[in-house]
Parts: sequence; structure tokens; C-alpha cells
Amino acid sequence: MIQSKSSSLFVAAAALGVALSGTPASAQWEPQRPVEIIVPAGTGGGADQMARAIQGIVAKHNLMKQPIIVINKAGGAGSEGFLDVKGSAGNPHKLIITLSNLFTTPLGTNQPFSYKDFTPVAMLALDEFVLWVNAEKPYKNVKEFLAAAKAGGFKMAGTGSRQEDQIITAAIEKAAGVKFIYVPYRGGGEVAVQLVGNHADATVNNPIEAVAHWRGGKLRPLCVFDAKPLPYNEKIAGDAAWSSIPTCKSQGLDVEYLMLRGFFMTPGATPDQVKFYVDLFQKVRATPEWKDLMNNGAFNTTFMTGKEYVEWVAREHTRHFNLMKEAGFLSTN
Amino acid sequence: MAEFVNLFNGFATVLAFQDVNIFGTTLSLPFNVFIMIVGIVLGVIIGVLPGLGGANGVAILLPLTFSMQPTSAIILLSCIYWGALFGGAITSILFNIPGEPWSVATTFDGYPMAQQGKAGEALTAAFTSSFIGAFFAVIMITLLAPMVAAFALRFGAAEKFAVYFLAFASFVGLSKEPPFKTLAAMLIGFALATFGTDHMTGSLRLTFGTEILLPGFDFLIAVIGLFGIGEILLTMEEGLKFKGKDAKINLRVVLQTWAKLPQYWWTYLRSCVIGCWMGITPAGATPASFMSYGIAKRVSKNGKNFGNGEIEGVIAPETAAHAAGKSALLPMLALGVPGSPTAAVLLGGLLIWNLQPGPMLFVENKEFVWGLIASMYLGNVVGLIIVLTCVPLLAAILRIPFGIIAPIILMFCAIGAYTVRNSFFDVIMMLAFGVLGYLLKKTNYPLAPLVLAMVLGDRAEEAFRQALVGSGGSLGVFFANGLVSSIMLLGFIALFWSVISAGISRVRGVKPATAG
Repeated sequence: MIQSKSSSLFVAAAALGVALSGTPASAQWEPQRPVEIIVPAGTGGGADQMARAIQGIVAKHNLMKQPIIVINKAGGAGSEGFLDVKGSAGNPHKLIITLSNLFTTPLGTNQPFSYKDFTPVAMLALDEFVLWVNAEKPYKNVKEFLAAAKAGGFKMAGTGSRQEDQIITAAIEKAAGVKFIYVPYRGGGEVAVQLVGNHADATVNNPIEAVAHWRGGKLRPLCVFDAKPLPYNEKIAGDAAWSSIPTCKSQGLDVEYLMLRGFFMTPGATPDQVKFYVDLFQKVRATPEWKDLMNNGAFNTTFMTGKEYVEWVAREHTRHFNLMKEAGFLSTN
Repeated sequence: MAEFVNLFNGFATVLAFQDVNIFGTTLSLPFNVFIMIVGIVLGVIIGVLPGLGGANGVAILLPLTFSMQPTSAIILLSCIYWGALFGGAITSILFNIPGEPWSVATTFDGYPMAQQGKAGEALTAAFTSSFIGAFFAVIMITLLAPMVAAFALRFGAAEKFAVYFLAFASFVGLSKEPPFKTLAAMLIGFALATFGTDHMTGSLRLTFGTEILLPGFDFLIAVIGLFGIGEILLTMEEGLKFKGKDAKINLRVVLQTWAKLPQYWWTYLRSCVIGCWMGITPAGATPASFMSYGIAKRVSKNGKNFGNGEIEGVIAPETAAHAAGKSALLPMLALGVPGSPTAAVLLGGLLIWNLQPGPMLFVENKEFVWGLIASMYLGNVVGLIIVLTCVPLLAAILRIPFGIIAPIILMFCAIGAYTVRNSFFDVIMMLAFGVLGYLLKKTNYPLAPLVLAMVLGDRAEEAFRQALVGSGGSLGVFFANGLVSSIMLLGFIALFWSVISAGISRVRGVKPATAG
């Protein structure tokens, strides 16, 4: 199916190339201007890195005639970016890359947008979360860690407030009957260093945010918040690989959480336009650079489009609503 | 010794000849040196344009480097950064418009110098100081990388707040303006920094239900308005009089200035240390330049003349800003925590080139790390030569009548303000800040504390609240260990310095009297 799409694109391009008179009725939509990718987060974070990687891949492999421009609009926990895209209805040259703040920001701050305002394009990957502790600490597994945490006063450092890290923390508290002091920081890198410097007792950093310190022997992963272990077997720290980290559930901590790395278009985008970008992302996924990125960040490489993607997003929204309601993170104003 | 072997290997990487295919002919070129020159020239241009900061410039060019060797790519990008650091000083001195946040403090004495016809001297001093600050920082990185990384790890929220507190305190206590005017200006800055998102709770503050205030006030907009537009308004009031007419514009000025600089060795050393410290902790280049200026003003014997075109007032902030700018790369490489926005973008680049920043980078990617460090030495020298040869050219800009140059400046300011976030609201805000800047200058309120508070206000607030959340609300956390207590103590000494120094001089003044 994918092949037939790209080959028909090829035919269309070839038709243009020989300058046939008249546009064929089946001509596909194509961007006429540079395409903007809005990042509703700051520079250097996971979403920003992914957007810039895509920008580089598209340019390097000549996947699109028009260039991509990455614009960060991080204000108001990402509201700035989402509201900008919501207000650009009918502009097919604007995409937004989302993270969990697609759900958490409107729920937590009452900003006037929701996932329903945007036209879904594709899920490119899911970001994993791992429970990390400082390698100097005596606890080697989840059970020992939770037993120590029961004494109280453990500090959990995380990115942002009422966002994914704090939601996971609240879910752990509920599942294990412990209490953490959650301290929010601006970015995942900063969070990891707080743990290395022993200013915090645990984090739920994404793999890519903490892997360097793991390799350096400073941090220890306890479990991954996914349904099954990660598929990456490459040795990272001694004999340990991503695949050797057990799932939290198997360790008696029943918490699962994955974060969306997906794309949406402006309200009112046509199926033609969506199809163009879906095809583009398929091509991006086939490049070696993309595979390297997935490998480095130990991403869950699930790809979804169309109805499947829409349903997934709706389910996630309900789940975030419930998680945030239980934790008392819903906006009250 | 191992460091020196590594460093020389690094130089070999940078200077190596590579076969480059240009227009079909294969040439053997020191490709990395070529890239270095391109990067610095681009960086200077980016630095000169207000608003288009180093971070933006690097972010825009990042995708172009994906097809390059990682070492060449980081050399190009880091040289843009060095170039922007150099370039930021140019408009500060010539037009009182800081091209970059860290050159705000350079305007305080650099612009008066230009008005007195000493633009060439001010530019030379600024560039040379930049060079010395950067060089000091690179030497420190070469020799102390592992130790410094370990030191940076000791900075938790409480320690970070203590550093910010010291920066604020040294400004209130060391300023020659009446302390209450300084405080008032600082509080306006703090108030402006609270707009937008509260990062601790994720809730919104002072947005008045509008979307345009969601991101808060960008500090760059305020700087462009307060200084650039404010200055144009003041000059208009004075009837567009032109002040910098008799700027000497030959290379002799450079040599004459150089002859003067060695006597300020103590200012250099102090500024280098402040800069490196602020770069590592990581507070960044902007507070480093302010702090260094504030302390120089108080400590220097020419302190009374600061603000009226004192060369030391250019040396102190420029040296510290560059020392901080370079040393900010160290936490990025060794810990994965960027010490400045530009370092944050470079960090994204490293990940895409398949390099994991962190303690293992120095072990596993020796060629890359030491190639980068070697390029910092060479890039610095190349940068200094490029900008110094431009001094006469730049000083000549001042010969253009102000009536012509003012609209051009205004246009660049507006473009700069727009580029920060692609928002027209920011251009309007820039004009509003221009009026505010004009009024504050007319009523003799200092602008620097306002700017400082705006840059660091929300960071300081965050660190303060993070520390208190962690300690369960106990203020004891700010005196919990030797490191944080000593920084806090320094802060208090700086805050009450005028009282303390008055006390000391009274004791000294009394003693001879009693003896006699």
C-alpha cells in the first residue's frame, strides 16, 4: 500500500517532468510554501530534537520540494503552540508535533483547545519512561526501592508540573502506597543531573535523557513503564542492555505510561493534504538516520495513522483525564 | 600530561587537510579551518542583528550540518556561537543597542565612549577582553574538565538560588545609584518576569485571559525596547545631534588600546573567574557580565567614572561574558546540561550526530571532544583577527548622520523583536518598553537592575521554590551545607556592602584620632 502510494507520486512527478499539458485529475496535493513544524516545548527537549531530526532527514534525502522550518512555541506549557495551530485553520503548511501536553495542558490549565481541534496525521513513535535511581544507592530493584521510600521524604525530580512525570509519580504513589515530594524542573537533562548529584532520590526520565549517566555508571534503571521489555539488545552499561530492564508491572508496580510523539495538522485540513504528510513520514521512517534516532532513545516505534490513531488519541485523553482527576491535577478555574 | 597529548591530537584533527570537491575539482584544504572562518563571520552578523541571537542562528543552521562529519559540524556551529559573542558588543558600543543579552552591560560604558569619539578604542577593548575571557575559559576546560564537572554536580536548587541571590545582591549593594532606585527598578523587573506560566504549578499568571501574554515577556524584547528605542527617543529630544563624529578610524587605535590594557590585569583575572564560575553553575553569560560589571564598579579606583565611558567598564563585562559563554559548554559536554540556550541547541545536535553527551563522551569520543576544544583555541584567535580588522570599518558607521541611521536602527529593532517569536505583539511591546526606557532614563532610574531581574527573576523564583518544596518549607536549606552557606554569606556581604564599608572606614578614621 505504501509502495503504491509512493509510486503513484513518482508517476505524477514524472508526468510533471515531461511537461504534459493539463494537470491530471489524480494529481496529489503538495506543499507550495515552506512547511512549519510547531514545537509546543522548548529547544533541546525530546519533541524539539525529533522535529529537527525530521527537518534534517527531509532535507538530506530530498523527500520534499519545500523546506521544513521548526518553530518553538513553548509558552503556557505549550498552549502558545497549540493555540497558534488552532487559529491557523485551513493552512496546510503548518504541523504540530505533540507530546503529552496535548492532553495535560488543557486539562491542567483550562486553556481553550483540545485534541479534537486538530487534524490527526500520524503517530511516529512512543517515548518510554524508566524509573531511575542513583547508582550509589543500595536498592537494586523496585521492591527494595519502594520499601525504602515508604519511610517518606523521598524526592522525585521531574520535568514540568502536572505533566507526564508528575502524573507517573502520582500513579506510583497510588499503586505502591508511598508518598514522594515531587520537585519540578524545566528539562529532562536537568532532572537527570539532579539525580546524579544526589539532590533527588528518583526520576522517571525518558531513556534518551538519562542514558549517558547510565553508561557512565552514575544511574541505575529499576523498571520500564511499558507492557513489555524494550526490544534493544545492544549492551549499554556493562552487560546490561535496554532489554534487560524489567517492566514495572513484573516487579509488582502496576503502572504503565507511554508518551505520544505524533503529528497533527491545522483544523480543516483535507484528506489529500493529510495523505501527503503520512507518505512523507513513511519515507522518513525508512531512513537510516531515523532508525539511529529510535535506537538511541530506545523508542517504542509504533506507527499509526487514520482511524486507529484517532481512537488511540481519544483513549489516551480519557486516561489522562482519569489519572489527573485522581491526582487532583485538573484545573479548578 | 594526558590532556596535552589529547589536545595536540585535537589540533591535528582541526588542521588536517581534507579532499574537498569544489566545482568538480578536488582540492586538498584544511576544511575545518575554512569552516571556522565561515562560522565566525556568520556569527558576527547574527550577533550584530538584535533579536536574532546565537541560539536562533545555530538552530537555523543545525540541519545543514547533518551531512557533515560531527567534528566539522560542531566546529561550524560553535564558531557561530563565538562569532555571536563577539558581534553582540558591536551594536552595544556604537548605538547603545545590545545585539545579545550578554552585551547589555557593555553598553553602560561602551556607548559613552563611542559618543566621546572613542568607538575604536571601546571596540578594541571589547574584542580583546572577549578573547582573553574565552581563552581563560578554554584553558580551564582543558586542564580541569573532570573536576569542574564534579563541582557542577554539587549545585542543587538551593545552591542555584544562592548564586542568583549573589548576583542580585551584588547589584543592589555595589551600585552607585541610590539603593532604593536600584531596588525599585529591580522590582519592576521581577514583576515583569512573573507574567506567563508558573513553572512550579503549571498554572497561568497575569495573562488576563488573553493568549498573547501566555509566553510572558521575552527578555530580548525588553532589552531592544529599553535600550534601542529608548536611546533613539532621547537622541530625538536632543535634536538628532550627532555625537560620534571624530572617531579615529585607523588600526593604530588598536595598538594604542592594547598598550593600555595590561594595567587592568586584576580586572581581567577577576572577570575571568566570575565568568567561568557563572558559566559552569550554570547561570550563563548574562548574569556573569552584570556581576562582573557591578563588582568592577565598586572595586575599581575609577569606579566613580563608571557609566561615563570608562574603559574598565567595557573590559569587565565582556571578559566575564565570554569566559561564561565558553565554559557553559563544559556542563553540556560532561553532564548533558546546557549552560546557555545556545548550548541547549548544540546539545540537540550532538544527539542527532549520535554522540551522547555525558561523562562517557570524554572517554568514548576523544577525537570529537578534543577536536572541539582545539577548535575553541583556534576559533578564538581567528575570531579576534577577523573582528579587529573590522574595527575601522565599524567605527566609520558612526560618520553616517543620525537622521539616516536612526530609521535603519528602528527597522532592525522591529525585525529583531519580531523574529524572537514571530509575533507582531512583540513589536508593539518593544515600542512600549522604549517609552518605559525613556521615562526611566529621564527620571534617573537605572535600567540594568530591571534587565537583570527580568533575565533571572523566574529562574531565581523557580530555584527558590524547588529548594523549599524539597525541604518541606524550611529556610534552613539555604544554609544546609558549606557551599550554599558561603555563597549566601557572600550575597549578604554584597547586599550590605555600603553599610559595611562605611563601618570599616569609620573604624579606620577613628583609630588615628584615638591614637593621637
